[in-house]
Amino acid sequence: MSDLRSLYQEIIVDHNKHPRNFHRLPDANRAAEGDNPLCGDRLTVYVKMADGVIREIGFVGTGCAISKASASLMTESMAGKTEQEADALFERFHAMVVGSDRQIRSGLGKLEALAGVREFPVRVKCATLAWHTLRTALKTPGGTVSTE
Amino acid sequence: MKRGNEILALEAIRPSLDVERLREDFPILRRKVGGKSLVYLDNAATTQKPRAVIETIRRYYATSNANVHRGVHTLSDRATRGYEEARVRVARFLNAREDREIVFVRGATEAINLVAQSFGRPRLRRGDEMLITVMEHHSNIVPWQMVCAATGAALKVVPVHGDGELDIVAYGERLSHRTRLVAVTHVSNALGTVNPIREMIGMAHGRNIPVLVDGAQAAPHVKVDVRELGCDFYAFSGHKVYGPTGIGVLYGKREHLEAMPPYQGGGDMILRVTIERTTYNEIPYKFEAGTPNIAGAIGLCAALGYLDGIGREAVAAHERELLDYATETVGKIPGVRLVGTAREKAGILSFVMEGVHPHDLGTVLDHEGVAIRTGHHCAMPLMDALGLPATARASFGMYNTRAEVDALVEGIWKAREVLL
Repeated sequence: MSDLRSLYQEIIVDHNKHPRNFHRLPDANRAAEGDNPLCGDRLTVYVKMADGVIREIGFVGTGCAISKASASLMTESMAGKTEQEADALFERFHAMVVGSDRQIRSGLGKLEALAGVREFPVRVKCATLAWHTLRTALKTPGGTVSTE
Repeated sequence: MKRGNEILALEAIRPSLDVERLREDFPILRRKVGGKSLVYLDNAATTQKPRAVIETIRRYYATSNANVHRGVHTLSDRATRGYEEARVRVARFLNAREDREIVFVRGATEAINLVAQSFGRPRLRRGDEMLITVMEHHSNIVPWQMVCAATGAALKVVPVHGDGELDIVAYGERLSHRTRLVAVTHVSNALGTVNPIREMIGMAHGRNIPVLVDGAQAAPHVKVDVRELGCDFYAFSGHKVYGPTGIGVLYGKREHLEAMPPYQGGGDMILRVTIERTTYNEIPYKFEAGTPNIAGAIGLCAALGYLDGIGREAVAAHERELLDYATETVGKIPGVRLVGTAREKAGILSFVMEGVHPHDLGTVLDHEGVAIRTGHHCAMPLMDALGLPATARASFGMYNTRAEVDALVEGIWKAREVLL
C-alpha cells in the first residue's frame, strides 16, 4: 500500500477527480493532440501565447489518473512561463519521472507528487503524455503527438 | 424425458477438475509478484505453460535437435518425426479430415495473413466485398485492409449489439452477391462473446462464400470441430492453448490449400529448383518455407496432449463456473459496469468502473499480485463501437480458482479506496 500511495498521492487523486484548467481555450493560438493508443488516453492541450509567454493554458480529453493529474498539474505550473522556461521545466519533469536524476525533484513544487511514477516504468508515458503534447503545441502548432 | 435424465446423470458423474493438483503442473504459478502470490488472469493474452510443455521443449533441444525433412541422420529423423507427430495431433485436435490440411505458422496472425495473401488477394477485384465483423482483433482486420487496398475490393463490417452480441440480421443483410470471403472470430478476445459461427458459415455457404474463422480465443475454451463447423479455414495460436509462443496453426480445406499459390518462397516449400523455374512442394509444405519452429510444434503437441488429458469439456465447465462467479461478484461492486453480456460467453470478463480508469485499476491490481489486461485489447474498432476508450479484462484459464476471483474482487475494492 505504501508504494501505491507514493504513486497515487492525495494531490494526484484530487487532480484526477477535479482537473484544473480542464477546458478548451476558444482563443488559443497553439494546440496539439496527444495520443497514447495502448491505454486509449487522448488529450488536447490549448495554449494562448502572447509576447513569447504562456498566458493561458487548458486541456481536454480522457485518460488515466496519472495522465490526467499530470496534465492538470502541468497547466498550473506552466502559466506565465516563456517557451524556454517551459522547455526547461519539461526537461526537469521528464528527468524526475524517468528517474534519470534523483536529485532533480527538488524545486518542482507540486509536480514532485509525480516522482513516484519512476517506480512504475510502464506508467511513465502516462505521466509524460500531456508534456509531450504541450511541447508539440509550442513547436508545431496543430500537431499530434504519440507516446507509443 | 429419459434422455434428460441421462444427461443429468452424466453431469453428475463427470469428473470435475482437480484444480489444486493441476496448478502444480504450472511452475510459474508458484512465484510471487511484489511479495504477493501471483493471480494470473490474463490468459486471453497468453496462457502459462505446464511442465509437460517446458520439459518437452528442453528435452527436444537436449536430445533430438536437428533440421527437419532434410538429413538422413538419426537426429534429423527424430526431429522430423516429432514435428510431423505434432501435425497429426493438431489434426486430431481440430478433427480435420487429413493431416496435410494443417499448416504450421507463427500464430493466428500469420495464418490470417497467409489466407489474405494467398486466397483472398487472387480472388478479390474492384467491386467485390470482403466481410468481417466489428469485434475482430486487429489481426483479423488489418490483413484484409491490406488486401482490399491492393485489389480495390471493399471491406464490409457486421456491427454488434450493445451487449456484445453480433448483429446476425445485419450479417445476413451484408452477405451479398458481391461478397467473396467472410472472416469472423469464433470468440471475441475483448468481450468473450461466442459467435454463432456454425450458423454464420451455413449462411455464407448458402451463397458459396468461403469462411475463415479466427479461433485464437476459442481454441483454449471451446471444443473445435472443423468438419462439423464446415469452415474453410480455421486459425489459432499455440501460446493461448498452454503451448509455446511462435507457433500457430492454419487449418485449410485441402482443395483450397492445393489451389492456393505459396505465401513465402524458400527451402522446404519446393520439390525442385532450377534458375528458370521451381516446382512447389505439395501441401502443407508448400506453405512452410524455411526451417520451421520445430521445437514450437513439438511443444504445441505436448500442450494439446496435456489439454486433452485434462479434458476440454471439464476445462470448459470449470471456466464457465469461474466466469459465472466472477460475473456475479465483480458485477456487484458499486460503480462497476460489465462490458459484453452476451448469452454465450467464454473465459472473459470485461468491465469498466465509474471514476477509475482501467489503467489505474490494472496498476493497483498488479500491486496485489493480480495480473489483468487493460486497454483496447487490440480491438480498437470494437471499443469505438462501444464508445469506450478502454476496459479492464480478466480472462480465465484451467488453473484459475474461485479464491483468485475473490482476490480480483478485493483488488477492485482496493482500487476504489485508493482512487475514489
